Amino acid sequence: MDNWKIFTNGLLRENPVLVLIIGLCPVLATGSSMNDGFGMGVATTFVLVSSNLLISLLRNYIPNSIRLPVFIVIISTFVTIVDYVMHAYMVELYASLGIFIPLIVVNCIILGRAEAFAYKNSVTSSLIDGIGMGAGFTLAITMLGAIRELIGNGTLTFFNRELFNISTSLNFQPALVFIMPPGAFIVIGFMIAGVRWILKKV
Amino acid sequence: MIDNQMTWYMIVLSALLVNNIVLIRFLALCSFFGVSNRIEISLSMGMAVVFVMTLASAASWIIWYFFLLPLKIEFLRTASFILVIATLVQLVEMYIKKTAPALYNALGIYLPLITTNCAVLGVAILLIDYRLGFFNSIIYSISVAAGYTLSIILFAGIRERLEIAPIPAILKGSPIIFITAGIMSLAFLGFAHLFGL
Repeated sequence: MDNWKIFTNGLLRENPVLVLIIGLCPVLATGSSMNDGFGMGVATTFVLVSSNLLISLLRNYIPNSIRLPVFIVIISTFVTIVDYVMHAYMVELYASLGIFIPLIVVNCIILGRAEAFAYKNSVTSSLIDGIGMGAGFTLAITMLGAIRELIGNGTLTFFNRELFNISTSLNFQPALVFIMPPGAFIVIGFMIAGVRWILKKV
Repeated sequence: MIDNQMTWYMIVLSALLVNNIVLIRFLALCSFFGVSNRIEISLSMGMAVVFVMTLASAASWIIWYFFLLPLKIEFLRTASFILVIATLVQLVEMYIKKTAPALYNALGIYLPLITTNCAVLGVAILLIDYRLGFFNSIIYSISVAAGYTLSIILFAGIRERLEIAPIPAILKGSPIIFITAGIMSLAFLGFAHLFGL
């Protein structure tokens, strides 16, 4: 497989969230605004890329029988790094993502890619795979956050800058339920249906 | 929010209904959608979660207050908790297999699944964040697991009916399941601010 194919595989054909439907807890919980969704996506991508890289570098030295505990230790090291860096430099984002930062360690996408890809493939392919899967995850969570924020609050914010606000320009009453828990389930349901419809067409 | 000053029944109500772990807090979604096909299977899964979550919370509480805090190595929290939970599940599985084969047959295949259940690690971290005492931590983790069991059984009941319902082709499978969960979550949102929680 060439590198471009590996990259687009994670981004579209095997998008972890919208096609494989794994790693949903952080997506639904933190995708309540575009800003938080993007932050969570980047944090997860960092852990995914770094753990893929390290595991594929060490793949000839990790004994087969204890590979899962080794993977977990490697992943939790990177999660701890993200946790402490975010706490120090991005206090607001850290507060709104909360418990879901340490919980990146049990995200099935990361352990799944370590087991299914990085443990068997070269360093370059594993790096590309991590970037592709991470980009697919970030895309899905940011889109979910944007849709929910737009319907539920009437705004779009990115890097704490308000991109636009429909409630001022139109007489728009935001449906608050969309930024509350039920909205996450309903929007992701329709997003998965939409992706299916698109994949059927092309 | 929960703190150590609350009476035990307020902790139970908060964890069971108001802040339901699945429908309001979005934890344990993989198993919630994965094994909610049949009511009996959901019940077994719920029992396994009650069992493991209580043990894991007790173990994490002891590690945090007797080892990590006194030794000032708090940064090992995530790594040590996940390793302890994974080991604990393995040990429990081996022990049950030897001593109680009937229970093993009922819970057996669900025990390994629980290691990757984010609710178990989530609750272990939450009860440290809430600064709960040991007794309250046990009450809290049992109620969270009971809330999980309640919602997964209710959801399995709906899904059994959903199989014979006429659904538009594009929504069949996971989309309709998510939308159903959304409506259930809306119902649980009705408990919000109940008893001032």
